[in-house]
Amino acid sequence: MKIAISASGKDMKAPVDERFGRAPGFILFDDTADKFEYINNNKNLEAAQGAGIQSAKTVIDSGSVVLITGNVGPKAYATLSSAGIEIYLTSGGTIEEAIAAYRAGTLKKVDNANVEGHW
Amino acid sequence: MNIAIASGKGGTGKTTIAMSLAACCARNEISAALLDCDVEEPNVNLFLKAEIESTETVNVLIPKVDEPRCTGCGECERICAFNAIVLVKGKPLIFADMCHSCGGCYHVCPERAIEEIEKPIGVIESGTGGGIAFAGGRLSIGEAMSPPLIRAVKRCHPEAETRIIDSPPGTSCPAVEAMRDADFVVLVSEPTPFGLNDLTLAAGAVRALGLPFGVVLNRSDIGGKLILKEYRSRGFEIIASIPHSRAIAEGYSRGDCVSVIIERHRAEIEKIASYAERYNKKGART
Repeated sequence: MKIAISASGKDMKAPVDERFGRAPGFILFDDTADKFEYINNNKNLEAAQGAGIQSAKTVIDSGSVVLITGNVGPKAYATLSSAGIEIYLTSGGTIEEAIAAYRAGTLKKVDNANVEGHW
Repeated sequence: MNIAIASGKGGTGKTTIAMSLAACCARNEISAALLDCDVEEPNVNLFLKAEIESTETVNVLIPKVDEPRCTGCGECERICAFNAIVLVKGKPLIFADMCHSCGGCYHVCPERAIEEIEKPIGVIESGTGGGIAFAGGRLSIGEAMSPPLIRAVKRCHPEAETRIIDSPPGTSCPAVEAMRDADFVVLVSEPTPFGLNDLTLAAGAVRALGLPFGVVLNRSDIGGKLILKEYRSRGFEIIASIPHSRAIAEGYSRGDCVSVIIERHRAEIEKIASYAERYNKKGART
């Protein structure tokens, strides 16, 4: 199973980025193989509008089924949930820690956007 | 002719000047229409108090997908420059508030699976007050696309000899849409560093549109000589000046500064009208 995490850096020790749509990149963690890859999100970081939607598409197309991020806006939520992706929120900490918390079942799953657009 | 009243900076007195100019036309027996194109914060009719005779809903077209016909080819997503359509697992998802109503998706769909449906974005209220024809747009709360509504307001009262367009502040799409196609633009400014900065930005937009303009200084005596010198050195032609006055402010607080301005500064308002008249493409009035 693949987990996408919004990331401020390129490895597992990097902090989770609190933004979803305008995160600099995503770590895609494959928990069966225990491997990860990094994908750059610069294109959406600089988008005039629709960053959340396009980032959601990136996550969907990566084959991830779970997303861990800091905040998610209404359009990103609508896009992600239409593809059945489960969204979990975290605050602070590294990607490694976020995955551990997800596995321990302590992350909060959201069933709606937690912030307005352009947060 | 069409005269747009704009400013760059907000709160310089666009609506006051627009109303005064319209009142001046009415007194000179020129048929005038006042078009409130500041559709996000319409305020003309707070002062004009025109009786609203009709209210018209303004719609834009947005796409709707006929799902059984859609093959998920993604052509609609590719052509959309505004990320308003995204293909999720082969199905197009539409974000109506991102759509700029260009119709591109409708035209490229090879399966003809997209139809265009109307989405209301606001209303236009029309009427007459004090011998002045009025139309004002009011954008729905939460709606982001004001230019289509501004365009619709500008189509109102085509019969009027002088149509005065009260524009929104700023230099972005709504301000450009309001000013575009005007015969003459009046930029209302106040002689402060902030006023001069924003006037310079607004003048840049008007020059890019290729339109003639003149500057009206409101509260013309608040900024001192240095700033006035700077206006001149930047090449702004000051066509009229209204001084800061308690009487105007008191009138404004009662919702009627126009009668004070007409009573005390009518000559200045006449100057704006006659300056603008030089650019009347229909030719001088006989």
